[in-house]
Amino acid sequence: MANTSFATGWKWRQASVIPGFGLSLGYTLSYLVLIILIPLAGLVWHTASLGLPELASLATDSRTLNALRISFGTAMAAAFVNAVFGVIVAWVLVRYDFPGRRFVDAAVDLPFALPTAVAGIALTTLYAPKGWIGAWLTPLGIKIAYTPLGIVIALIFIGLPFVVRTVQPVMEEIDRQVEEAAATLGANRFQTIFRVLLPGLFPAILTGFALAFARGVGEYGSVIFIAGNIPYVSEIAPLLIVIRLEEFNYPAAMAVATIMLVISFIMLFIINLIQAWSRKRYGYA
Amino acid sequence: MATLDHSNAAAAPRFRDAATEPPGAKFALILIAILFLAFFLALPLVSVFFEAFRKGPEAFWEAISEPDALAAIRLTLLVAVIAVPLNLVFGVAAAWAIAKFEFKGKAFLITLIDLPFSVSPVISGLVFVVLFGTHSVLGPILNSYGIEILFAVPGIVLATVFVTFPFVARELIPLMQEQGSGDEEAALSLGASGWQAFWYVTVPNIRWGLLYGVLLCNARAMGEFGAVSVVSGHIRGVTNTMPLHVEILYNEYNVSAAFAVATLLAGLALVTLGLKTVLELRFGAGNAGGRH
Repeated sequence: MANTSFATGWKWRQASVIPGFGLSLGYTLSYLVLIILIPLAGLVWHTASLGLPELASLATDSRTLNALRISFGTAMAAAFVNAVFGVIVAWVLVRYDFPGRRFVDAAVDLPFALPTAVAGIALTTLYAPKGWIGAWLTPLGIKIAYTPLGIVIALIFIGLPFVVRTVQPVMEEIDRQVEEAAATLGANRFQTIFRVLLPGLFPAILTGFALAFARGVGEYGSVIFIAGNIPYVSEIAPLLIVIRLEEFNYPAAMAVATIMLVISFIMLFIINLIQAWSRKRYGYA
Repeated sequence: MATLDHSNAAAAPRFRDAATEPPGAKFALILIAILFLAFFLALPLVSVFFEAFRKGPEAFWEAISEPDALAAIRLTLLVAVIAVPLNLVFGVAAAWAIAKFEFKGKAFLITLIDLPFSVSPVISGLVFVVLFGTHSVLGPILNSYGIEILFAVPGIVLATVFVTFPFVARELIPLMQEQGSGDEEAALSLGASGWQAFWYVTVPNIRWGLLYGVLLCNARAMGEFGAVSVVSGHIRGVTNTMPLHVEILYNEYNVSAAFAVATLLAGLALVTLGLKTVLELRFGAGNAGGRH
């Protein structure tokens, strides 16, 4: 392909002796277009053909707005909890040696491996008024299952590994001499952590937060069991899509989906920006 | 844990290391982390097995051996057997193109491959409803040839392929980038053909990373709920996968049967985590990225 041309200056690709560029890239692009891009484009095209006024009225429907508000609000709260506890878990796993550390490290990935529906029914059973945890909280007047708080609990479960697995490798790369230097210059441990270590970890924490948040916004399986799904109160946006589909109200389903897609692509773009920026500034992402 | 801390403190030099925390703070942090994980990870997992056996082993056995449950297990296996190899071939092709060559637009291509990770599972299902539904262009044409996509097995496979699309590629790309192409260049200079270099040099080099990607891809393929739920139509014994069967049983207040089927999926998750840990310890197959 391009390596046979003698053009100087701008080149689409660098010459290589390795064969199979055309085959592998061709297959990759065809499969990508067929499985991902055409279906997504179909959704965007169908939504666009609704016309702007129709789309605007569907998007500003109060049930839609409430579902979006609940999805983004609970995902934000859960990502925040995960950012705090995820950093503590990562720190403990990277810095301390204790019996069962390997086991704990492996267990962090459980939410990646456990099907969301299983997590959903397990969490609901635990936090229901008669469940193992719910039974302790009910006398205190705290209701978790079938309220927005339940959604946050499910999203904490789903999002935890994103923060831990993003922050952990960056923590492992921290040069201990930086901390020793801070200590020599008179910083106490508290100052070293909050003014030397955490600023360097901030891009990783932010990336983990954004990944957990993005996953939480779209999460469906683990949430619908525990949420109670009361419209305007604990009905998440993905569920509203399913409900509109079951009503054969395709335009409304597509409108909600398109709003969510646009917001998640903006999120993806921001995550990439953070990573590019942190690679430049700190040499890792 | 407490005893370990004390023994450490006894062995430590008189002047405490300035680059670590006092033992008390250390102990408190470990305790916070473990309690947090116990509440949010361990307890739900334990409760799955506890609820499944609440009515005894006979009820458990009956729940997982009734015809609808068996049909769900068969369908889940079938979907994984189709979806995982498709994404495996794609993952290898994509990693070969991205890791072995330098070309413009590579970063954008990687972003596109990651796309399904940032799409809600429900939307992943919806796109196929829009594409093949009765209001679409394709749906009625395929229907007239007697081909059913939606509310049938092909739709479930497509939605699963969409959702699990990036898993293998995501594992292989960084691994192959790190390995470079020196080994393949050596093989080629010694007279190997391109395919020989691939089968005898590249594949052995990446086999553990490949296995790792397949494991994660398979776990997600068998456990996918949202996307499959949208396209499946929930026909009992026909288009119900295991996660959907769990949902139906649960919504019918048949809780212990729902948990019985759920233990099979939880068992799959535990096996996946176990193999993953073994692979990491043995071969350093890399950490589980951040993006699953």
